[in-house]
Amino acid sequence: MKAWPALVSGVLFGLGLTLSGMSDPAKVLGFLDITGAWMPDLIFVMGGAVIVTFILTPSVLRRQAPLLASAFSLPGKQLLDRRLVGGAILFGIGWGLSGYCPGPALVSLLYGYESTLIFCLAMFAGMALEGGLSQTLSGK
Amino acid sequence: MNAYLLPLTGGILLGLSAIWLLLTLGRVAGISGIAWGSIAGPDRGWRWLFLLGLLLGGLPTHTVLGQPLPDESIAPTWLIAISGLLVGIGTRMGSGCTSGHGVCGLGRRSPRSVTATLTFMTLGMVTVFVMQNLLGGGA
Repeated sequence: MKAWPALVSGVLFGLGLTLSGMSDPAKVLGFLDITGAWMPDLIFVMGGAVIVTFILTPSVLRRQAPLLASAFSLPGKQLLDRRLVGGAILFGIGWGLSGYCPGPALVSLLYGYESTLIFCLAMFAGMALEGGLSQTLSGK
Repeated sequence: MNAYLLPLTGGILLGLSAIWLLLTLGRVAGISGIAWGSIAGPDRGWRWLFLLGLLLGGLPTHTVLGQPLPDESIAPTWLIAISGLLVGIGTRMGSGCTSGHGVCGLGRRSPRSVTATLTFMTLGMVTVFVMQNLLGGGA
């Protein structure tokens, strides 16, 4: 599989995150603070992104295959299960504590802040722990 | 210039990034999945290139275009660490984050992604509310 288009996609993503203000945790927290000094910026970020994907995704997926790979690699799961909702709950709490979600945190490594590095290391640790933790919780 | 023009432009770029990755490689531009897959998954090559691009793409915003750097988070280190841990556990358990579920999944009209997005948005807002109003604004 050719991989270079991923570099283009990453550049667009990094540009989009920083230009939009998503890489500023204060703005993200300001957006989540709906009962305080609410900052609506992120509505426009999410809105702009989702309008593009909402309009264009169906026509892309109508193709037999992607341009440079043999098949689409899409999530196969359809069911709404406890893992999905439980994971989204934990993620939402973590997001609200700092204002960082994975993309903005990774691109913020550019700024050389200690807190961003700690967040990213903790995030990878959490990802590594998740498998064992979920198994323990489900008693398998 | 309208204060919301940059957020909107940035958002459109995020959407185009996701569409480009789907159109060329047939992949979902979900950052948590790409990040974890870059160390744990098969097919690491494109994921590393994406992450390299992510960092490169952030540069011109602050150098060429002259946007000021965001301030460092004022949250205490222990809170940042717990936040990162929860984001890591939660995004793997829930199969995605703001990008995979929010940007890509909503575009595919995936019921799982709609559910996840509504859930993490709500919990993010509840968490900020609790921190600001009940715990005296720790973050």
